[in-house]
Amino acid sequence: MDFYLTALLQGLCFSALALGIYISMKIFNIPDITTDGSYTLGGVVTAILLTHHQPGYIILPAVILAGGLAGALTGLIHTKLKINALLAGILVMTALYSVNLSLMGRSNLPLINVSSLFSVIIISGDPNHNTFWILAIFVVIITGIIGYVLKTDFGIAMRATGNSESMIRSLGVNTDRMKIIGLALANALTAVSGYLISQFQGFTDISMGIGIVIVGLGSVIIAETLINWFRITTVWLSLILVLAGAVIFQLVLAVTLDIGVDANLLKLVTAAFVLVIVSLPRIMVRAR
Amino acid sequence: MIVLQNLHKAFNPGKANQVNAVNGVSLEVEEGEFVVIVGANGSGKTTLLDMVAGSVLPTSGGILVDSDDVTKLPDYRRSRWIARVFQNPVSGTASDLSILDNFRLAAIRTKPKGLSIGINEDFKKQVKERISTLGMGLESKIDQPMGTLSGGQRQALTLLMSVMDTCKILLLDEPTAALDPRSAALVMRTADKLIKDYRLTAILITHNLKDAYNYGNRLILMGEGLIVKDIDAAGKSILRQNDLFDWFG
Repeated sequence: MDFYLTALLQGLCFSALALGIYISMKIFNIPDITTDGSYTLGGVVTAILLTHHQPGYIILPAVILAGGLAGALTGLIHTKLKINALLAGILVMTALYSVNLSLMGRSNLPLINVSSLFSVIIISGDPNHNTFWILAIFVVIITGIIGYVLKTDFGIAMRATGNSESMIRSLGVNTDRMKIIGLALANALTAVSGYLISQFQGFTDISMGIGIVIVGLGSVIIAETLINWFRITTVWLSLILVLAGAVIFQLVLAVTLDIGVDANLLKLVTAAFVLVIVSLPRIMVRAR
Repeated sequence: MIVLQNLHKAFNPGKANQVNAVNGVSLEVEEGEFVVIVGANGSGKTTLLDMVAGSVLPTSGGILVDSDDVTKLPDYRRSRWIARVFQNPVSGTASDLSILDNFRLAAIRTKPKGLSIGINEDFKKQVKERISTLGMGLESKIDQPMGTLSGGQRQALTLLMSVMDTCKILLLDEPTAALDPRSAALVMRTADKLIKDYRLTAILITHNLKDAYNYGNRLILMGEGLIVKDIDAAGKSILRQNDLFDWFG
């Protein structure tokens, strides 16, 4: 059972990442691969500041800022230099690998004897329950903020930017600036996931971000399938389904491990699982 | 209201595939004028309109709007004066957003889009009232995504959206080209009514010579990137519909 609880906790850690991918992919319609780099960057910044015994109220803003900068850089390259968004993301992601490595000074930084988010705040005596409640509160706050932003005039303009660029420009919105802000926001959220995971697993590793974008994509695609299924149009429900997507994704991985699939095959299983979810709606339409 | 000074626009300048879309257009449009521009495909009408809107910047020449030099201003900064209706209904509205969200953005066209929630009951009521003037029964559907509506409904709503915020200039780029005859007639009537009610300065591009004859108080024929004929209100009133067809003969 602990096994599934861990999966649930990981899912909660990844919900910020899922929200970030939801913003870049679904709201802005930009395939952003910066994720792999900004996620690790979040973990790296967390590990360095934690091992230097910086207080929590400095670490989280620093993580958000670092992720935001990475995203803004991708946005700048994409909009100002007119580079394809996919390539812009890959460039920044690749560059971030070196940045992360030189920031850490080595490829792995353990966080065993430092006080993390989960050891400083005590809500419940049981460490797993304690972690769950901290993550739950964290996720509720993040979702609340994003949900509110999307409901504001600025948020509507954001949603319109990915939908009809000609329209929103004629309504007085600088779409380049909007995309840069959007990618900054998405990668800030991604970095927050790196921040949570590092503290949850107790170390930051230079390779922790490899292929992480698929976790976000998978979560968003699960959410999208559900959104289309139930014809959901409200912002709040969509966001909640994205969170559910992140948790479902981790639970499915836990099941595959539980039934004895080799852990080395996990990325293959992940990719296959995402493929199934993506193609499921189409296969079902054809079957009808 | 709008002054164009010797505007030129060349696409791909200096290359083998250089296209001189507009070759020296000077034009003054007075406040309250409703200018209709006709011309064959490739005559430079749309490029000219895009330069007024700011989505295409001229190679040379100047553009004044309301006595301000806007030649180098991008489109999103000209929205202070200018509202647009596009040929393709998809370009003028956001399909995945609700009708209400679309109207909210239109209502703050000239204002900054801040971090406060602007949609409240008052705003909903106002939008419903506006939409009910179309007589299409859409006022009960304001929470539906724009994409669920037909092209004609979307164009009519785009027109309404343009006057949600202060608007001086309305640019219409073949707004009825993608529509069936009935929807097209409704959209043109709506446009004409709004232009009169709100005393807008308007420029309409159309291939429909009947519309060109029936609407507007100034008629311009373009060809080869130049103004070929410029007929004022008095001249337009004595023009016969067949004269227009002869221009294209």
